[in-house]
Amino acid sequence: MSNFRIAGKGRVNRSRQLRFSFDGVDYTGCEGDTLASALLANGVHLVGRSFKYHRPRGILTAGSEEPNALVGSNRGNGRFEPNTRATVLEVFEGLKTESQNRWPSLTRDIGAVNDALYVLFSAGFYYKTFMWPKSFWDKVYEPVIRNAAGLGKAPTAPDPDTYASRFAHCDVLVVGGGAAGLAAALEAGRSGASVILCDEQSELGGSLLSEPTAEINGQLAWDWLEDANAALAAMPNVTVLPRTTAIGYYHQNFVGLCQRLTDHLRIVPDGAPRERMWKVRAKQVVLAQGAIEKPLVFAGNDRPGVMLAGAARTYLNRYGVKVGNRAVVVTSHDSAWHAAFDLAKAGVEVTAIVDVRGTVPTQLVTAADALRIRTLIGWTVTGTKGRLRVSSVRVNPVTAGGKVGGAETIACDALLMSGGWTPSIHLFSHTQGSLTWNEDGQMFLPGRGKEECRLAGAGKGRFGLKAAFEDGAAAGAAAAADAGFSTQPATYHVEGEPSFTGVTGRELPTDLDPGHAKAFVDFQNDVMAKDIRLAVREGFKSIEHIKRYTTNGMATDQGKLSNINGLAVASDALKRPIPAVGLTTFRPPYTPTSFGTFAGYNKGALFEVTRKTPIDGWAEENGAAFEPVSLWRRAWYFPQVGEDMHAAVARECKAVRASLGIFDASTLGKIEIVGPDAAEFMNRMYTNAWTKLAPGRCRYGLLLGEDGFIRDDGVIGRLAQDRFHVTTTTGGAARVLTMMEDYLQTEWPDLKVWLTSTTEQWSVIALQGPNARKLIEPFVEGIDLSDGAFPHMAVATGKIFGVPTRLFRVSFTGELGFEINVPARYGRAVWEKLFEAGQRFGITPYGTETMHVLRAEKGYIIVGQDTDGTLTPDDAGLAWAVGKTKPDFVGKRSLSRPDMLAANRKQLVGLLTSDPKTVLEEGAQIVLDPNQPVPMDMVGHVTSSYWSAELGRSIAFAVIQGGRSLQGKTVHVPMPDKVHAATITGMVFVDPENTRLSA
Amino acid sequence: MLLIRCPYCEAERPEVEFTYAGEAHIARPADPSALSDDEWRDFLFIRTNPRGRHFERWRHMHGCGRFFNAVRDTVTDKFAMTYKAGTPRPGDEEIALASASAAADSAASVKDARP
Repeated sequence: MSNFRIAGKGRVNRSRQLRFSFDGVDYTGCEGDTLASALLANGVHLVGRSFKYHRPRGILTAGSEEPNALVGSNRGNGRFEPNTRATVLEVFEGLKTESQNRWPSLTRDIGAVNDALYVLFSAGFYYKTFMWPKSFWDKVYEPVIRNAAGLGKAPTAPDPDTYASRFAHCDVLVVGGGAAGLAAALEAGRSGASVILCDEQSELGGSLLSEPTAEINGQLAWDWLEDANAALAAMPNVTVLPRTTAIGYYHQNFVGLCQRLTDHLRIVPDGAPRERMWKVRAKQVVLAQGAIEKPLVFAGNDRPGVMLAGAARTYLNRYGVKVGNRAVVVTSHDSAWHAAFDLAKAGVEVTAIVDVRGTVPTQLVTAADALRIRTLIGWTVTGTKGRLRVSSVRVNPVTAGGKVGGAETIACDALLMSGGWTPSIHLFSHTQGSLTWNEDGQMFLPGRGKEECRLAGAGKGRFGLKAAFEDGAAAGAAAAADAGFSTQPATYHVEGEPSFTGVTGRELPTDLDPGHAKAFVDFQNDVMAKDIRLAVREGFKSIEHIKRYTTNGMATDQGKLSNINGLAVASDALKRPIPAVGLTTFRPPYTPTSFGTFAGYNKGALFEVTRKTPIDGWAEENGAAFEPVSLWRRAWYFPQVGEDMHAAVARECKAVRASLGIFDASTLGKIEIVGPDAAEFMNRMYTNAWTKLAPGRCRYGLLLGEDGFIRDDGVIGRLAQDRFHVTTTTGGAARVLTMMEDYLQTEWPDLKVWLTSTTEQWSVIALQGPNARKLIEPFVEGIDLSDGAFPHMAVATGKIFGVPTRLFRVSFTGELGFEINVPARYGRAVWEKLFEAGQRFGITPYGTETMHVLRAEKGYIIVGQDTDGTLTPDDAGLAWAVGKTKPDFVGKRSLSRPDMLAANRKQLVGLLTSDPKTVLEEGAQIVLDPNQPVPMDMVGHVTSSYWSAELGRSIAFAVIQGGRSLQGKTVHVPMPDKVHAATITGMVFVDPENTRLSA
Repeated sequence: MLLIRCPYCEAERPEVEFTYAGEAHIARPADPSALSDDEWRDFLFIRTNPRGRHFERWRHMHGCGRFFNAVRDTVTDKFAMTYKAGTPRPGDEEIALASASAAADSAASVKDARP
């Protein structure tokens, strides 16, 4: 294995050699390496296959913008991540990595046939090539293309890692720890402001890490950096977060930071989270994100070995790695010349510098001459060769008139390109800050901002170290001042800074047919310049449409490299200037972010609250099956050995009707309504009349929205002249209280009423069945339970088993029943006492399913199941619950709107199937004539449907147009197996005379 | 995530503590039965839905529980001011004044917090 590490260069720790593998081959890297630098040190450039064409691809960049070098990374113990950027992944001992999107191997990939068929895959190919024949879509095109295209494979096992999140507040948040960000953080830190400085890399420094020979205030760059790090560490008001990416910038300076905590560690400490999401609220923000180098667009610019010049310089200076032995540089910007000089000085043979500009600064040419580098000023690159690695480059002179002359071929194993630099304005764009086009620099710069935010350095087009330092210091001082602190910005003196001028263009000129040039704009999505031109020819004018049609900029790198180049090509094709074409919108996250980081702690049992009643533990110990009801977990049924749900529910139903059942109704919403105006408030909220309801009596209450539709219902007891005990549906409790508070606070603030949620203060035990009174009579103190003294719909306070109780005589089953409210802490004890004492009556615990069947047998509705927000009281057969003489209540006026009085409204009715064994499906549609052509005229649907053990047949409710006038008529329910006939009936199937209730 | 000032708690709190409650200053008619069908329809369903300044109701659901009013720009999402339920709709001048003093307040509170 050849070694491309250069002695005396770089910051990696050569005394710490680390073994890692790529595609099963073992390599050695150094502490401080990324996977990319370690592979390059071993001479490996080919790391992946491209998305569509399966073209061999190498490492293009040295940063988080990398579009090509995506690998699967395996950190052991089920910790596998696809699409990890090799340029970000830090190497540790034992790291296992693999290439993606190739079969059977990276060097011999069958899918590469797509490259020869590239004509099929041009812009919009999805919409064109594969539309015919239609039957091929599902079976051939879609699966085959899906399979052949793509990135890494998602792991199938659950993520074993944990993720943390944290809120933080600071005076000044500095994003980016390069020259500008460091200067800003030092300034703000010195002022005494609380500062958070984050940087996505493993160490602070940004471009300083690649500029070891620059001198800052008389110190070499890395010495200055060490002092700066120490100065920041010494300030207790400064928090430095390396390996932390600012992923999104939201309203009012709320910035999301993703901190990577353990991916770089060989051994993850027990319980350590993998990543942490910081949710930072900053008074002031300084964005110092730097700039991203642009590729040049020419045929064959995607071959392994073709790399950004700045990246090559970083690999050399920061990692001590030369990216080849024989390099050619092609550029439109000075910065690549300095990469060439550094490489040449490190012993790399730099065969030529091709500069597409007509003139370049003379000192560059002089310096190149001194290093014996051939300079081709005003030349172009028109092609490259080499199957798995670039082996030569084709260059041509271009005349002043733009004519491309004869080609010359230069052998090389690395081709370094630079098309200039793009300020990184992503986070600024997240704030909806406006951008302005800078014609001189051919770049978009931040315009008017919407947040308390400043940009500094290359991120706002202030290129060069001195400019970055001074701009950063000024921004840091100004941010601190705006946050209420004062400081005098430091001055910076920089020596040895490289020159920094250049031009930006579209595709490089060529003497070959540009229609066949594989000149890539978006490397990750395999978008070529000719795709963008094709889109324009096909009529796409908006850059947003061109982006979506060609997929340019839509890959995981979010167009960091491709947006401006794509725009330049589109602008040329459209013959409109770049600012008139416009830029697509940057959206969070800035770089790909794991789902785990977003989820944080909110997974598994912490994903959602599970509310449990005080009796829940008893139900669990006694084998209950549970079902979720809003956030509650409720006992669904209590199966005995060998019973399925059907058998258990039939047994529970029979027990209630024959003797005694016990049911945990604690989840019922409960609201205490107290005050001199309590009855008046009730009159205004509910449809019913409350004035005459005597203390000690209950009434079924119906609540409408202002639109006249049923919102909630429940039994309401009047405990005293000024006190009501309101119950609501389990799921409606919070909604009802909010609605009541809204009216009380904003419409009737003059009413003297107080509302208190008491849902969790009471345990509610429903005892239902003919033996209910017999069971509790011996244990109740202070209440005469005789039917005369305590009839159906009575409420009283007393004691049961010595515990204070609000005892209700109510029934949701049609049987003699009580709902025993006791303070929640006594709930389970009272339940157990009742259960023990009830053994002589064969007391049977039942769950929500049995409750549903029993209430349906009696024709009692469940709001939200039998109603859906479009039913009036009359539609639901509850007109009797509306106080006709009341002048007003919420929703009353709506009940006389013309639509509410229409004749053919859907009404709730009972339904009995012709075949008594058939239990209809809830939600099934209903038609009058089953023989009409499809689509049929649907007149309603089934809302509730059960097997009734009591009746030995099925029962159902349905809403049907004009249903009540169709009593006795047959309707039809078309289902996949057959059409079921059913007869419309009344809703009360059991004990219509209510004799059992008053037993 | 927005920061919203609760006029009852007199404090800025993150958006997650609040729930939105529709357009403000739409009073329930004192006698709904006196309204025509069209007037009642307008009260129930017709809202201004402006581009720009919007008077709206919020509730400090996970705080004091109070409903209050706010002036928010639907384009920038910025709150100009919040005020207690029952107080009249503020005029242009009052809104401008409130947003200016809010900015000054936050700067002052920052200075107070200096060690």
